[in-house]
Amino acid sequence: MVIELAYAIEHIWEWMKEVEDPEIPVLNVIDLGIVRDIKYQGETLIVTITPTYSGCPAMKTIETDIAEILEEYAVPHYRIETVLSPAWTTDWMSDAGKLKLHQVGIAPPTGYSADKALLMGKIRTIRCPICGSEDTQMVSQFGSTACKALYKCENCLEPFDHFKCI
Amino acid sequence: MNQDLFKYILRWADNSLIHGQRLAQWCGHGPVLEEDIALTNTALDYIGQATNLYKYAAQIEGAGRDEDQIAFLRDEWEYYNLILLEQPNGDYAYTIARQFLFSTWYYLVLVEMAESKDEFFSGFATKSAKELKYHVVHSRDWVLRMGDGTEESNQRIQTAIDAVWAYLPEMFEMDALDNRMVEHGIGVDFKKIQPLWRTQVEAVLGEATLRTPADGWGHSGGKNGKHSEHLGYILAEMQFLQRAYPGAKW
Repeated sequence: MVIELAYAIEHIWEWMKEVEDPEIPVLNVIDLGIVRDIKYQGETLIVTITPTYSGCPAMKTIETDIAEILEEYAVPHYRIETVLSPAWTTDWMSDAGKLKLHQVGIAPPTGYSADKALLMGKIRTIRCPICGSEDTQMVSQFGSTACKALYKCENCLEPFDHFKCI
Repeated sequence: MNQDLFKYILRWADNSLIHGQRLAQWCGHGPVLEEDIALTNTALDYIGQATNLYKYAAQIEGAGRDEDQIAFLRDEWEYYNLILLEQPNGDYAYTIARQFLFSTWYYLVLVEMAESKDEFFSGFATKSAKELKYHVVHSRDWVLRMGDGTEESNQRIQTAIDAVWAYLPEMFEMDALDNRMVEHGIGVDFKKIQPLWRTQVEAVLGEATLRTPADGWGHSGGKNGKHSEHLGYILAEMQFLQRAYPGAKW
């Protein structure tokens, strides 16, 4: 008997764009680079995801939302696996994702994450997403979610979130 | 089951959980809103790391327990965290002093652990080290700010550093299990990171116009289940629900 694989992998990647990040709903899980792999193992579809932060409280919701989409398309057998390695990095965020962040007033991650600049006390210039000024100041490395830092703009005086590089 | 590996994983997991639980007690009590958020974010990182470690422990144990059962249904003597981490939060200076001295050590540990032959540990450490960088920077900034601040803030943070100091030797102790784990290429040699830790800590304390305390007697035993009186109270609070209503789900 020939087993017909119902859906092509590339379609499933497209569906994943419907899964929003529950904390920053403007981004979907593809923008964030959370979905690492989609493949069939025999008849079972395996979707591999990775958390942004170890304690990211959104992971459970994201897993449920992915399962819901797969159910909607009546995928008969699937499994959602979580991996820690390779470790998630903001470098995986899509340009589309960064643009969307900017549009809702969150300064997107800049440059590359894999350096020790942070430990050496070097702070990158973050542009204010509201007025565009570079005259900004970090208020706290920790913001409204694990992935964001809190900044304020010295020019337009507005506080804003920055999606920090990791 | 690999008993050695199981216990070794629990040491790291228990450090993360107990430290996370302590920091979470600042929720709603931070000295300013930003600090409240900072410490609870940090707590969240540790609790997330603990979950990952307990999942791995459950897998190695192979007894059908999950991460929650391992966390919520063990008693004090089965907990292997450092005694330092179960100490009450004290004032903000004490919390920051502990946070700075511990996270500086833990970051160096994770950088070493990233080279572990154990695939889980290397992946876990690479991921967690990214989070730790932020904890180090945050607590270091506060040590500098308090040390180089007013007379009162300087005295508070100095008192806190002096008080924490006797809990630090345990971080560098290598017992038989630690040595076996290093021999297998899995674990971390704490003696190796000690000089680097010392250099980094002394540099920050110096810049903060603080004294590095003299080394002396140290508390010991947490890594093998011998704790101070404080751990029991944490467990009583943390485990109450699962003990009273076994298997209760959120």
